[in-house]
Amino acid sequence: MENDQDKVLDELTSGEYKYGFVTDIETDVIPKGLSEDVVRLISAKKEEPEWMLEFRLKAFRHWQTMKMPAWAHLKIPEINYQDIIFYAAPMQKPAPGSLSDVDPELLKTFDKLGIPLGEQKRLTGVAVDAVMDSISVKTTFRESLAELGIIFCSFSEAVREHPSLVQKYLASVVPYTDNFFATLNSAVFSDGSFCYIPKGVRCPMELSTYFRINASNTGQFERTLLIADEESYVSYLEGCTAPMRDENQLHAAVVEIITERGAEVKYSTVQNWYPGDKEGKGGIFNFVTKRGICKGDDSKISWTQVETGSAITWKYPSCILRGNNSVGEFYSVAVTNNYQQADTGTKMIHIGRNTKSTIVSKGISAGFGQNSYRGLVKVLGKAEGARNYSQCDSLLLGDKCGAHTFPYIEVDNPSAIVEHEATTSRIGEDQIFYCNQRGISTEDAIGLIVNGYAREVINKLPMEFAVEAQKLLQISLEGSVG
Amino acid sequence: MDYRPEVINKLSEIYSGSHGTFLKNSPEIFNRHRETAYKEFLRLGIPDRKNEAYKYTNLEKSFGYPYQVYYSPVPQDFREAEKFHCEVEDLDVWNMVLLNGFFPRGEEGLVMLPGGIWVGSMKAAAKQFPGLVEKHYNKYVQGENDGLVPLNTAMASDGLFLYAPKNTAYTKPIQIVNLLHSDQDIFAQDRNLVVVEDRAQLSLLVCDHAISPQHFLTNTVTEVYVGQNSRFEIIRVQNQHNNSGKITHTFIHQERDSYASSNNITLHGGLVRNATWHMLNGENSETHSYGLYLADKQQHIANFVKVDHAAPNCNSTQLFKGVLDENSSGAFNGRIMVHKIAQGTNAYQSNNNILLSDAARMDTKPQLEIYADDVKCSHGATVGQLDNNALFYLRSRGIDAREAKLMLMFGFAHDVIKNIPIEALRERIDNLVQKRLRGELSRCASCAIQCN
Amino acid sequence: MKSEFLLQIKELKATIDNKEILKGLNLEVKPGEIHAIMGPNGSGKSTLANVLTGRDIATVTHGSVTFEGKDLLVMSPEERAREGIFLSFQYPIEIPGVSMVNFMKTAINEQRKHRGLEPLSASEFLRQMREKKELVEIDSALTNRSVNEGFSGGEKKKNEIFQMAMLEPRLALLDETDSGLDIDALRIVANGVNKIRRTDTSVIVITHYQRLLDYIVPDYVHVMYDGRIVRTAGPELALELEERGYDWIRKEADVNEETWTTDRK
Repeated sequence: MENDQDKVLDELTSGEYKYGFVTDIETDVIPKGLSEDVVRLISAKKEEPEWMLEFRLKAFRHWQTMKMPAWAHLKIPEINYQDIIFYAAPMQKPAPGSLSDVDPELLKTFDKLGIPLGEQKRLTGVAVDAVMDSISVKTTFRESLAELGIIFCSFSEAVREHPSLVQKYLASVVPYTDNFFATLNSAVFSDGSFCYIPKGVRCPMELSTYFRINASNTGQFERTLLIADEESYVSYLEGCTAPMRDENQLHAAVVEIITERGAEVKYSTVQNWYPGDKEGKGGIFNFVTKRGICKGDDSKISWTQVETGSAITWKYPSCILRGNNSVGEFYSVAVTNNYQQADTGTKMIHIGRNTKSTIVSKGISAGFGQNSYRGLVKVLGKAEGARNYSQCDSLLLGDKCGAHTFPYIEVDNPSAIVEHEATTSRIGEDQIFYCNQRGISTEDAIGLIVNGYAREVINKLPMEFAVEAQKLLQISLEGSVG
Repeated sequence: MDYRPEVINKLSEIYSGSHGTFLKNSPEIFNRHRETAYKEFLRLGIPDRKNEAYKYTNLEKSFGYPYQVYYSPVPQDFREAEKFHCEVEDLDVWNMVLLNGFFPRGEEGLVMLPGGIWVGSMKAAAKQFPGLVEKHYNKYVQGENDGLVPLNTAMASDGLFLYAPKNTAYTKPIQIVNLLHSDQDIFAQDRNLVVVEDRAQLSLLVCDHAISPQHFLTNTVTEVYVGQNSRFEIIRVQNQHNNSGKITHTFIHQERDSYASSNNITLHGGLVRNATWHMLNGENSETHSYGLYLADKQQHIANFVKVDHAAPNCNSTQLFKGVLDENSSGAFNGRIMVHKIAQGTNAYQSNNNILLSDAARMDTKPQLEIYADDVKCSHGATVGQLDNNALFYLRSRGIDAREAKLMLMFGFAHDVIKNIPIEALRERIDNLVQKRLRGELSRCASCAIQCN
Repeated sequence: MKSEFLLQIKELKATIDNKEILKGLNLEVKPGEIHAIMGPNGSGKSTLANVLTGRDIATVTHGSVTFEGKDLLVMSPEERAREGIFLSFQYPIEIPGVSMVNFMKTAINEQRKHRGLEPLSASEFLRQMREKKELVEIDSALTNRSVNEGFSGGEKKKNEIFQMAMLEPRLALLDETDSGLDIDALRIVANGVNKIRRTDTSVIVITHYQRLLDYIVPDYVHVMYDGRIVRTAGPELALELEERGYDWIRKEADVNEETWTTDRK
């Protein structure tokens, strides 16, 4: 039975990446390497105002003084930043007005990825900003959203059309000095999504950004800025994929969220960058800084992430709970298979009174994967009545992988209650036997158990994507199942 | 400004300057390791808060103080020490007093207890059991990229030697009373070795006291070898005053089918950091690390624990609890490391804390690092207050609020104390903790100084 | 002037999180009487127990409660306990690390101090423990453990009655003491109550079901609905409720309520 189980695990954990194709499209690329000139060039390509260029240059100069962080439980090969192309755009008019302006190849690509941009085929109830390499290809449902006062567009457009909003909020949560990758992003970020929900508006549909890396030798550096004004609500989802290539590609994004009084933002990620092959060759380095601030009282930020892709993931979506009674949540499923490595988690910084945070993290390791949860719960002296509950579980499939838990708890207020629990185990033989006894094959049993294990998090995703995420989980782990 | 370069300079001067004295007064085996260790110390230095293992512990208060005596080759006057009466002395134990890290009986101080167990000074042991000491000395030490253990190896000149040869057992616990007493401010470093050979048994109680009001800092290294099928228990009761710093590094190395437990009860101390390392090197072993810390004033109490599962089918527990009042702070840094080979591991880790005042602070890092799949590992950490429901339950039975709180705190602490393997000692410590929680014990009863 | 009532509740109103739970409750209990309070879920039965014992979950907004003529509402929970009010908890609390012996000894001696008595000697205390343990048929092993820690549901309830035996209250509130008990445990618990009850001990039994009342026969049965006592009668009312359920009470009460509201308009 032991052997049988091992064999099944082996089969299960050798699924193929389904999004690894390359789109053949003419691409405008700038020369490899990074310098002040490159930063200026990117800014010029995007026809940016002076203040934007200044911001980039400040960040770039600071970045030159920084070193790559080494504290994560990751083995990161040396990255030669002079060997990366920092800007690549599919040849087309920037921000095409109508769909007929969009290159049919691009539309086909997104169709194939399950993100139809055509009017008839659009996902109902979901507005999509589609980003390929360094630029936004198309944003759907813009007009109907605009009627409610909601701004949903590419970051570049926001810089042009809503400069005062961008200037007010850009880098207000993740300053350009924040960390090596965020600083790099601040210097060279290309596109991304911008979203503003006005006072009292509940966004009637899911907003979504789909990121696609296509060009080779490039890095992707998008930037997302999401502002929820008083008493507003939005649910936001991002997805991402990339072609199969033997080389590693760098993805260093920054996401900033601001919620004013009574506002709520639900941010979900289904991360499926190319993870590299079975020998650990290729794959995306996913080094992302995501942070939200609950600025107003009674506001809420909820992060949900399903991380199945990338060769290396380094990512800690966090909440600064500044408003009184504000709420932060982090729900995560991270899968590392083959030679994937993930060091992911969250920071919950309790500043306001009666702030609450919940952390649920489910790690799944298979093959030679290394999966770490790293989290900080910090309760400051003035955070009367702060509450945190953290649950961080790890599941090990096979004996060559690793699962690690590194929580940091810092409490400086006696009225706080902070609880952390974690378990690490493999799938119980008795669980499998129980399924077997009811006529379920070992293969299906493992699929069932893994899905059950991740359910608590998957359930937090918007319905349209929960099914998708569940499938993805099976694909990245199970191959023949699902 | 960084205080450390000056301290390191001073330590270097002492090291070079009194080199002759070191050599003359120490076992030869100590001397042989000095030079390498000294270089290692210079390379790694005194850890600051950038070091992950010291993230929440600032050693400046203790290390930055200008001590008058860093190395004292001559044993102090023992008359004062012998008058000292330890709170837990009435126990049926075999008892020995160490003063500022030195043995009263000098080289003659190696005695055989009934049952065939040897206890005495390292100096004497190095002469009588050179092969044994050679085999174990400096073999089990580890570090977290800090120079404190090398510093001890470079500068210590004596310490406790405890040896249970194969198939021996001593029915009573062995109690070591570590006294700090001097008219000068002292930085002391003792180096201890415990060898429990196959199928032997040993129980060690260490009581740390500072009985004169001077500033003290101790940097203690204890290596313990626990052979196959053997059993070892260590209980530390720490009760030093607010001007004292106590840094301990205990390395417990276990072979197969062995059992070990460590219990650190910190009742009082200015700055205390206990690092306890458990290395499960043989199959079917069991190890337990317990700790209780009660702090107030400006005290800082840190526990660092690492349990290495380096062999299959071993069990381990970590249970650390703390009550922090006034301006005190606590830190817990625990790690379970399950190596690839360690299938069938069962490991548990828990750290619970109660904060009683606005200014008290607790930082905790319970960590798991796991490379084997057939494991059951769990950990938990909490920082909070007393349970309101329990408080009401007690009050509804007529117990007043203050008393009810004390009972709950005591119950909270007892969870750790109940694991002390010696019953009489357990009761005594229960008692001490009660007193401590009631504020009646800010020092040992016979201590001459006030700790306020 | 000493009141003829042990407990007197007048027009008691209380809220939880600003929601009114008790809406003007009246109840009078004389020494030695047994009262049963029955009623559907959410009628406010447990809130009443909380208010009487001083748990700060509920806030009293109106009315008075006197115990032997003294204002109960100004007393702390422990003062009430020392005056002789005992609550058998619906969900007894587990207190790890606090031994039953230490717990009971502290409670008894606090009560004795309140009455101006010397603390019990160790031997006398242990004698009482032994005696009362037999009375409620509680396993000795349990009293050697921490308070309620790892006890089964039945054991916890027995432990409550054991504590009642030790503390000899003037007024015992049994809050759903029968819930979660099998028939044997129920008999032991009920008989325990009967055995330890002195002639002047009053009991308020809060319960859903009539079955406990087969053993502890009440002098009065009150039906609570929507924060008030809507009906009071003898033990036969409990049987009627058992047979007919609470619906008819609910309907009658609702009708009354409606009439009253209309009147006011």
